Amino acid sequence: MLKMVIPAFLVGGALCVIAQLLIDLTKASITPGHVLVTYVTGGAILTGLGIYGPLVKIGGAGATIPLTGFGYTLAKGAMEAVEKKGLLGAFTGGIEASAAGIAAAVIFGYLMAVIFDPKG
Amino acid sequence: MTAPKLKGKQTVAFATPPVIVGFGSVVGPMEAQGPLGSCFHKILKDTLDGEQTWEKTESKMLKDAVKMVIAQAQLTDKDINYLLAGDLLNQIISTNYAARDVSVPLIGLYGACSTMALGLALGSMLIDGGYGDRVVAAASSHHDTAERQFRFPTELGSQRQMYAQWTVTGAGATLLAKQGYGVKVTHATMGKIVDLGVCDVNNMGAAMAPAITDTIISHFKDLAIDESAYDLVISGDLGQVGLDISKDLLRQAGYQLDKKFTDCGVLIYDPNQDTHAGGSGCGCSAVVINSHIMQELLAGRLRRVLFVGSGALMSSTSCAQGESIPAIGHAVVLEAPA
Repeated sequence: MLKMVIPAFLVGGALCVIAQLLIDLTKASITPGHVLVTYVTGGAILTGLGIYGPLVKIGGAGATIPLTGFGYTLAKGAMEAVEKKGLLGAFTGGIEASAAGIAAAVIFGYLMAVIFDPKG
Repeated sequence: MTAPKLKGKQTVAFATPPVIVGFGSVVGPMEAQGPLGSCFHKILKDTLDGEQTWEKTESKMLKDAVKMVIAQAQLTDKDINYLLAGDLLNQIISTNYAARDVSVPLIGLYGACSTMALGLALGSMLIDGGYGDRVVAAASSHHDTAERQFRFPTELGSQRQMYAQWTVTGAGATLLAKQGYGVKVTHATMGKIVDLGVCDVNNMGAAMAPAITDTIISHFKDLAIDESAYDLVISGDLGQVGLDISKDLLRQAGYQLDKKFTDCGVLIYDPNQDTHAGGSGCGCSAVVINSHIMQELLAGRLRRVLFVGSGALMSSTSCAQGESIPAIGHAVVLEAPA
């Protein structure tokens, strides 16, 4: 198991360190919202360039769980769908591939809101 | 013809200094755990205090503080000529809703964290001008309502910068009267907007320090005095970062205020409470002045205090559009009873 856990920790941890540095070392107008968007689009671009796929092979969940992993799923899904359906796949593939993640976010977000009654 | 009570450019000297005949403070649990915890008049068990929303809680704190000072002086609403109050929320809703249950003519103020000083200055002008005999000045803020409006949803758990300040949950009120026994308001200096281009909404201390410094220097120049005229100069609320900047700026201007210059935001929390640069919000100076500082003045441990309220007058829209923060400082002189 350690063979999986250590690379996952290193890859996932490195991604988080970069995000933390983006917050700490840049001027304050860079907010967590900017980091979020940068990570999703960054993950998608790196996937398109063929860089993020190998990182997933090494890091596993350490690479797929951070927000860059969401960009990876979007881009990978879009590229695979293009092969099957042509250009239309570029529009449908990303959402199809990430449907499970999106649906889970909605359902668990809803459940947590019902349980904890957020006010802030 | 020049106005007889106007001294210099920005300062007024009251002919018959109004007297503070009542003061009260309501705070949340975290403020009660701070170094001034034993000074406050009413402490909430939690930040909701039985209400459905934090906004309702803030409004209730403000109402309680106002009612408290009126009752303290054994008066009723009809004895009060004006309520001068404000808070941080859009359209100053905490004030407007609180005032539903206070049958006193309301003058709503927005001065951000300078609201308490602004209310004291204007209230004193109304009384000394002969427009009223009794005025209540009050201000409130609530950590969670301010976070929601100015920063991020509280559930997001965003990281806070080390120079960020923590909005105080609290409300304070002062009852000013033409006559009576108590601390006197002898002078007021109204501040100018100073904006040196700080855009970081989390770094309000740095944004406000030049404005506070400008007001303190104007006050000294208008009255031809220096720091030796005061036992204490207290700003509300620069926080630790802003206080250090302001001390530096004053030193450059030739005033040695180091030891007698402190800040409501620095006093209210213990460094162990992990608020980073200290407290802020209208409620911060409102509760520190209307508890600890008034008590010290009444006990004679302080004789003359210059209280400078500082306001960072941005909105969440102006910040999102990249505008810098216009800041202001209003000062009042508080003098112990003879």
